[in-house]
Amino acid sequence: MRFALFPPTSSPSLRTCSERDNMLRLYATVAAGGFRRHATYRVATLAGLFTNTVFGFVLSYTYLALWAERPDLGGYSSSDALAYVWIGQALLTVCGLMGGGFEDELIERIRTGDIAVDLHRPVDLQSWWCAANAGRCAYQLAGRGAVPLLIGALAFRFTLPDGPAGWAAFLFAVALGSFVSFALWYLVAMSAFWLLDGQGVVQAAWLTGLFFSGMLLPLNVFPGALGELAHALPWAALLQVPADVYLGRYGEGWGLVRAYGFQLGWLAVLLAAGRAAQSAATRKVVVQGG
Amino acid sequence: MPLIELDGLEKTFTVRRKTGLLRRERREVRAVDGISFTVDRGEMVGYIGPNGAGKSTTVKMLTGILTPSGGRLRVAGIDPARERTRLARRVGVVFGQRTTLWWDLPLRDSYRLTHRMYRIPDDRYEENLARCVELLDLGDLLDVPVRQLSLGQRMRGDIAAALLHDPEVLYLDEPTIGLDVVSKARVRGFLRELNAERGTTVLLTTHDLTDIEQLCSRVMVIDHGRLVYDGGLAGLHEAGDGERMLVVDLARELPPITDVPGARFVRADGPRQHLAFPASASAAPLVAAVAEAYPLVDLSVREPDIESVIAKMYGGAAGELTGGPGSP
Ligand SMILES: Nc1ncnc2c1ncn2[C@@H]1O[C@H](COP(=O)(O)OP(=O)(O)OP(=O)(O)O)[C@@H](O)[C@H]1O
Ligand SMILES: [Mg+2]
Repeated sequence: MRFALFPPTSSPSLRTCSERDNMLRLYATVAAGGFRRHATYRVATLAGLFTNTVFGFVLSYTYLALWAERPDLGGYSSSDALAYVWIGQALLTVCGLMGGGFEDELIERIRTGDIAVDLHRPVDLQSWWCAANAGRCAYQLAGRGAVPLLIGALAFRFTLPDGPAGWAAFLFAVALGSFVSFALWYLVAMSAFWLLDGQGVVQAAWLTGLFFSGMLLPLNVFPGALGELAHALPWAALLQVPADVYLGRYGEGWGLVRAYGFQLGWLAVLLAAGRAAQSAATRKVVVQGG
Repeated sequence: MPLIELDGLEKTFTVRRKTGLLRRERREVRAVDGISFTVDRGEMVGYIGPNGAGKSTTVKMLTGILTPSGGRLRVAGIDPARERTRLARRVGVVFGQRTTLWWDLPLRDSYRLTHRMYRIPDDRYEENLARCVELLDLGDLLDVPVRQLSLGQRMRGDIAAALLHDPEVLYLDEPTIGLDVVSKARVRGFLRELNAERGTTVLLTTHDLTDIEQLCSRVMVIDHGRLVYDGGLAGLHEAGDGERMLVVDLARELPPITDVPGARFVRADGPRQHLAFPASASAAPLVAAVAEAYPLVDLSVREPDIESVIAKMYGGAAGELTGGPGSP
């Protein structure tokens, strides 16, 4: 006997509605899987936490020395600068400042041909990885982001956001930042379809990101045209914008909208570019391995 | 209408090789070189050939993850490369060396995801899962993270994952690779039942000819990207110009029997002699001829084993041999 694969659906409008529900539930399941996958590696999380904290202290004392020489550098008070350091540590893995946290795996799958399995799923590849990465980010924020921020805040008593609304505005900017980061690193990973060895591109992206995300020094500190350029590039959406939202430098009304708009604009552009690369890759390029 | 239709399917890879400091050579590899066949609903077909013959490449094109360089391909009326996603809901695939399962999470989580991904109605899902768990003996494994499974356990897990959405067609690319005897038997039994009960069409790639012997009434042999045989298992013997062996026990040790027409002396062990004759010929006249001229005590006829037939075929596959009828 054989079974009906597609039970007929009664009305088209009903169908599209449940279609969307289904999609959302699917991506929620993928995201939950991404979260739990990373949650299984507790020791790695602890090691990461430790690294972030140590790094935070080292940078804090460096910044303190710098701001003692040049108070108000880049328009930040030294208390703002310290907050900036610890936000950077909190977002390091969430917003993929030094690597997106998923691109190595994706590149490896492309290189070995395991991507064949992903491509066979009746789901868009980019959306799938985006959902899985959102789960990872949520875990990283809870597991590796919050604690260093708390430790830093206790140790240095730096600037805090303006009440719950300030925190909410910050978290929203972080969420957008993590998606921009995803879109960027996804695009980087797609290069592996052509180059197979993605390491060169990853390293270039890593270095650019390190500099232009403001991970080493806030972008405000960069002089003149370089500063303006840095503020306009997508990497600014990862750390600089969320940090400035945190510090209240965008104010509340239109300023915030402008900040989010900047992030959303890059998000749209980069996702579209990633999608274009993906469809070119899957149309023309070869899936490796037997 | 056949479920799977290939017409002159081709896939050419361009490989670049460094030949000097700056010079690079482009070379074309014809992995699939004009293959045509059809598979009907409910068939169970073996797709075999030596390493590098183009089997996996064909399977990839059948799922739509590789775009053919030429020819025509339809699965359930769908062009796989163009409508990969739509097709994916109707086919299942197991790539023996790869896994669809979530590496770090329990098996059950991957199944739950499959449930969502293919929008399987809840009752169908429960029923299919229960069946797979029972037949593939997955009961104790559901809560084990996939990375802790052995190869055979993982493979069984993967086969279940490919079937939860009731696919019409199942492609298996070396599903028994690395499995022990018990696991192999279990997988084969499962596939046989799947085919018999649900009418699932199965295309099976393997290097284990026992899989083919036990499961497939039809085999296709490919070599260098070309179909060199398509037909029943029995016909393979003739196509591979296999020989059968007549083993005769004589009353005493005698010189080699060389005077019987149609038979070729192979060797003798004391009074026992081995005579080869074409697989397509009848043994009766030979037996009669031997019995007439020699003191015959006992005899047996040995079929060539499929392995040696195929080994021969792989070795000398140049022209196109068409064995039995196109489909059984
Ligand atoms: N990505 C690729 N780039 C270049 N050549 C490839 C690629 N994939 C496969 N080939 C070539 O295509 C041919 C067929 O490969 P395929 O993987 O289909 O063989 P197969 O029949 O599955 O072999 P096996 O039994 O070893 O799995 C081989 O000659 C192989 O070298
Ligand atoms: Mg293969």
